Amino acid sequence: MPRADYITLARGGGGRASEELIEEVFIPAFSNAILDTMSDSAIIDAPENGKLAFSTDTFVIDPIFFPGGDIGSLAVHGTVNDIAVSGGVPKYMSAGFVLEEGFPISDLKKIAASMGEAAKSCGVSIVTGDTKVVARGGADKVFINTSAIGFAPEGIKLSPKRVEEGDLIIVSGTIGDHGIAILTLRKGLEFKTEIVSDSQPLNRLVEAMLEAEPDIRMMRDPTRGGLSATLNEIAKASGKGIVIDEKALPIKQSVSAVCEILGLDPLNVANEGKLVAFAPQESAGKVLETMRDNPAGRQAAIIGRVGGAGPGRVEMKTAFVGNRIVEPLVGDQLPRIC
Amino acid sequence: MKYMTEFRDGEIAEKIAGAIKKQSRKKIRVMEFCGGHTISLLKYGIPDLLPDTIEMVSGPGCPVCVTSRGEIDTAIQLTENPDVILASFGDMIRVPGTSESLRQAKAKGADIRIVYSPDDAVKIADENRGKDVIFFAVGFETTAPVTASSIKLAEAMGVDNYFVLSAHKTTPGILGALLAEEVRLDGFICPGHVTAITGTAMYKPLTDACKPCVVSGFEPLDIMSSILSVVQQVEKNVATTEINYRRVVSSSGNPTAQKIMGEVFSPVDAVWRGIGVIPNSGLKPDGAYKRFDACAKFGLKITTDEKETRGCICDKILRGLKKPVDCKLFNTVCAPEEPVGACMVSDEGTCSIYYRFGKEGREVAAR
Repeated sequence: MPRADYITLARGGGGRASEELIEEVFIPAFSNAILDTMSDSAIIDAPENGKLAFSTDTFVIDPIFFPGGDIGSLAVHGTVNDIAVSGGVPKYMSAGFVLEEGFPISDLKKIAASMGEAAKSCGVSIVTGDTKVVARGGADKVFINTSAIGFAPEGIKLSPKRVEEGDLIIVSGTIGDHGIAILTLRKGLEFKTEIVSDSQPLNRLVEAMLEAEPDIRMMRDPTRGGLSATLNEIAKASGKGIVIDEKALPIKQSVSAVCEILGLDPLNVANEGKLVAFAPQESAGKVLETMRDNPAGRQAAIIGRVGGAGPGRVEMKTAFVGNRIVEPLVGDQLPRIC
Repeated sequence: MKYMTEFRDGEIAEKIAGAIKKQSRKKIRVMEFCGGHTISLLKYGIPDLLPDTIEMVSGPGCPVCVTSRGEIDTAIQLTENPDVILASFGDMIRVPGTSESLRQAKAKGADIRIVYSPDDAVKIADENRGKDVIFFAVGFETTAPVTASSIKLAEAMGVDNYFVLSAHKTTPGILGALLAEEVRLDGFICPGHVTAITGTAMYKPLTDACKPCVVSGFEPLDIMSSILSVVQQVEKNVATTEINYRRVVSSSGNPTAQKIMGEVFSPVDAVWRGIGVIPNSGLKPDGAYKRFDACAKFGLKITTDEKETRGCICDKILRGLKKPVDCKLFNTVCAPEEPVGACMVSDEGTCSIYYRFGKEGREVAAR
């Protein structure tokens, strides 16, 4: 009897059906020398200095396919970016799948192919993985966990503790694209826009930035909670105040328009391929130029500076007049965006 | 896009601020009725541009905030029936009732769906014919016509399992109640979108009592110029109703919306959270549409006994008697993550707006 073209509980049973799924779907998409040995664990090389960067993230985004990406590419980019912004060079990745009974195998193949391509473009090898199947209703379609190991070069000292008064704050491109792209697909909110997710890897951008200016104080990728959450975290962790300039924020006109209609603040909306960097005032110009030379940083902009607000506070000079505080988003307006 | 920038021009704002400073002599308290106005005031830092003679006071114009505990309790009670699906606007599910919120009920298993329009609730009813689908209808004259239209839609579609739990409130009654408050108000920035439906006749009792009324849009320059109009009237000792939002509002309002509300609803006494019962300030499906009334269908009566949590001064804030920073709970135990009072829940609630955008009272980092 031929296998069903959708996921059955047998596919997660650990027997022949599981093995076939791996051979049919995952190996062709992820193939590399380490994975292809099919051992219970991946044996990988360590860097000479013995320092590793290690991060994990779980992806439950709904819908699983969206303009600009899918849950597979997002699962690679998300974890790669967490390693990258802490100064690590991502190398190896694990992928764990929770599949809902009845999930079409054709969709799983698409997702795996997209993960494989994303990993390749980041220079990362998916070296180990796992698949579980749960009964219909036990999960929604597919959930993916990825963990990654990166090499942490000597001398990396990125930390909010190094942020100083006068440092300039640079964002690598337009904000809010991912959250708005997902939101406009949601049931009951079917907007017709051309907004696509910014899901993309940032590791090459970070490498170029650190080469141009090793003294960059710190970097973060503002995902859930958007730029406001990230800036507030940094302000609190560094004990410094931050003032950003509304007029300097790169925001797509279409994203502004959707935010305006829905009463959202683009500062609170998620990104999946953007970073915010704190650079010394003297070298911020050089960092900005380097970023703009990289495809992931074409629309980079200096958006503010450290100082001018009380310790731990983030304020924004509005395009109108005067300042207002920038508060992190509260609650769950946009569940399952990553 | 044009409308998003041209009403937010900082240079023009400075000019209007200059005119206000020059013309304002008398010390006045001006109420901005609507939560949308409060957002713009705080978000754009307008109070910083005003002279000491002008004090802005936030009003009760947040539909989520004035929804009574009894109304929320009734909604929760309805969801205890496993054959009921409750459809609600997203904001509403976080507001605490007497012992819990709809969100807590949802976490415990109640079937509560968030909708963006009552028509979506009709759709849910159509797709779930074996269940009773109840739309928890909140809001002023801006949303009531849409609820009325959803009832007509359900009737036209033959969806007989759609019901409305109406917590709608209407504006004329509350305006009278504000006049009776012990705090002196000298003028009103009146709600632009409500007036677009109702027209301006309802402001006559206010202007008769020498309170200038200026119907305003929601952009910062709309509000600045509306404040200037109030100042000019006060200084000239006149009180008229002005429409400073002509791109949306006419003096007669929207006759289509008025007609459909009249057809579907009858006025009832309603409890406003923090304020109490105001005669004829609510709406319920009636006449030919009585069968859509969830209270009638399930034999429920909304309780009118309202007690605020100890220490919470939402009642005084909604009536313009106190400001969020006067509350001991503000930014100590009451914050948007864990709201104590209704005004901290909704995005249009006065406390939430002061918390998110205001610079006062936020120095104490108690979170």
